[in-house]
Amino acid sequence: MKYADEFRDKAIAQGIARAIGLEVNSQRDYRFMEFCGGHTHAISRYALEDLLPANVRMIHGPGCPVCVLPASRIDMAIRLVDRPEVTLCVYGDLMRAPGSHGQSLLRAKALGGDIRMVYSTLDAIRLAEQAPSREVVFFAIGFETTTPPTAVMIRIAEKKRLKGLSVFCNHVLTPSAMHSILENPKIRDIGGVPIDGFIGPAHVSTIIGTQPYEPLAEQFGKPIVIAGFEPLDVMQAILMLVRQVNEDRYEVENQYSRAVTREGNRRAKEEVSQIFELREQFEWRGLGVVPNSGLKLKRSYAQFDAETRFAIHDLRVADNPACECCAILRGAKRPVDCKLFGTVCTPETPIGSCMVSSEGACAAYWTYGRVRDEPLRRLS
Amino acid sequence: MSAKGYQRKLDIENGRVDLSHGSGGRAMAQLISGLFHQAFGNEWLARCNDQSAFDVAAGRMVMTTDGYVVSPLFFPGGNIGSLAVHGTINDVAMSGAHPLYLSASFIIEEGFPFSDLKAIADSMGAAARRAGVHIIAGDTKVVERGKADGLFISTTGIGIVADGLDLSADKARVGDRVLVSGSLGDHGVAIMSKRQNLAFQTEVVSDSAALHNLVACMVAAGGSGIRVIRDPTRGGVAATLNEIAHQSGLGFRLQEASIPVKPAVAAICELLGLDPIHVANEGKLVAIVAPDLADAVLAAMKAHPLGAEAADIGEAVADERKFVQMATGFGGRRIVDWLWGEQLPRIC
Repeated sequence: MKYADEFRDKAIAQGIARAIGLEVNSQRDYRFMEFCGGHTHAISRYALEDLLPANVRMIHGPGCPVCVLPASRIDMAIRLVDRPEVTLCVYGDLMRAPGSHGQSLLRAKALGGDIRMVYSTLDAIRLAEQAPSREVVFFAIGFETTTPPTAVMIRIAEKKRLKGLSVFCNHVLTPSAMHSILENPKIRDIGGVPIDGFIGPAHVSTIIGTQPYEPLAEQFGKPIVIAGFEPLDVMQAILMLVRQVNEDRYEVENQYSRAVTREGNRRAKEEVSQIFELREQFEWRGLGVVPNSGLKLKRSYAQFDAETRFAIHDLRVADNPACECCAILRGAKRPVDCKLFGTVCTPETPIGSCMVSSEGACAAYWTYGRVRDEPLRRLS
Repeated sequence: MSAKGYQRKLDIENGRVDLSHGSGGRAMAQLISGLFHQAFGNEWLARCNDQSAFDVAAGRMVMTTDGYVVSPLFFPGGNIGSLAVHGTINDVAMSGAHPLYLSASFIIEEGFPFSDLKAIADSMGAAARRAGVHIIAGDTKVVERGKADGLFISTTGIGIVADGLDLSADKARVGDRVLVSGSLGDHGVAIMSKRQNLAFQTEVVSDSAALHNLVACMVAAGGSGIRVIRDPTRGGVAATLNEIAHQSGLGFRLQEASIPVKPAVAAICELLGLDPIHVANEGKLVAIVAPDLADAVLAAMKAHPLGAEAADIGEAVADERKFVQMATGFGGRRIVDWLWGEQLPRIC
């Protein structure tokens, strides 16, 4: 497959693996977090950890929007579809995301809720055009990559005067989440964050550029390498991180220069800033309430804001107290260290954020990693 | 079923099914004789009884049943009718049996075009004739608009299996080879390419086909060295091998590089975030074969047109955890699990 096989070459991967092996300092551990689910997927699917030296460990981050969506937001969406006039448009992987008390959109649909699985915002526009008497609500979710399409959808709705179309906005921001991983009151309880560097987002960075990560690298003294989602991208990024750690550098480097610039996509950023504004805080499954980490529609677009339109309010739902996502997301514990992992929390019945979608740390470990069955290792 | 007096002919070109076509009256009789009997034509249906009687040869009978709700009804490489014939023949054939007879039950939504119904029935008839199988019993029901999505078909199949041949998913043994009959994921991708909200251009066509002759060639070459044969439909090869692993109490180790996948299928799976090993097939089989006979069975598969791209993709290994593992193209190892949710509803 052209433009994919080139980035999946086994011989080149092994060459990079050899270089990593030669450059690591055997006297220390290297613990790198790949923030994005896309990187987690590449690492798992190609079993990249098998190519790395034993003292280089990957920590799977929270970069999967479905995983970090808290139960309260699912409950709010279910409350929306309880209204007979509402048609809710969602991406398929949201259907199983757990709400409180075993609720999910899949169950709400079985109970008669009008929920449609869509593949893009255009599907929601089409539905709103076809059924002008319905209240079509688009369940907008995702990091900075998916926010511009939602902005464009609202622009089109405005232009076409689609009065029935609105957005249930759950867009979240990557740099705020990275900040929260490194600085959060909960960290004291788990004994610190053993992360030596980050593989930064691929697609998100095509929109926001590399610049927003610079304050993070500076403030926390952690190297960040923006990398593509192909296995060779990930391997090269790990090598770049090893070099930064060895040289005591903490810079933002761009491995994914074929798609990412320092400034990002100005047009997309402009569209987003015209329609959205920061929420003071947003709840993340696994990370808790994170300040300035979510977006909402500006007041001038309130007519398209489902939360305003249907007067639904945030309901706080506590995470399961036994769930170790908070520590797993920060690399302080591994999936197998959690009492719930593989017992009550499985991909069929996920409880914590890390199990919700296949890109979550626990789900990836369940699907791809169990085979290693390595001895449990708790890092201090 | 001969109707006395004048009756307007079925307007196949422009007509539509209405509730009278399921009411047991003359309209229904006309639909059955004018459309279904035309398509399936055989001596059993010609007798117009409520059932068909047939002689039973010595040996063990095999019976299976399956419902077809695929959406869209027409897709590249087939339609719900040919799929309903092939799918049920294959379920019979996976036991090593020779399929003989099918029944077909139609649940039709009011307003369904006769032209589509005829195209579907004709392709069922053609698929059955090609396979040497007869559709000897049927049923027609019409439901109000909105109560069924166009057309649902249920088919039941029976066949006969030779004495001494007892393929079963609990018979895999450590060291057995895993063979597949060709490239994976064609059917699922062909269906996806026609979904209204997912439409994309591709030359991929469904692999829908009757596999009993391929199975017969394999049995001739491998005999009782063939432990189990399954057709990896929904959930793909991943689901099939996980089922066999659990039923036989062992694990599998696959070689990713050996698994045949068409470049176009691989590309579309890449775009949609799917793994071809989880995508449905309707004309492929997985066989677990004793190691000493695997080469002979593989050669027999490759000699048959439906097995030309057959491949040995791995082996059965001792594993209490019953994991299906895969050596990736990068030299690492990962688990190939069941899919958790529905990858794509209504593909068959």
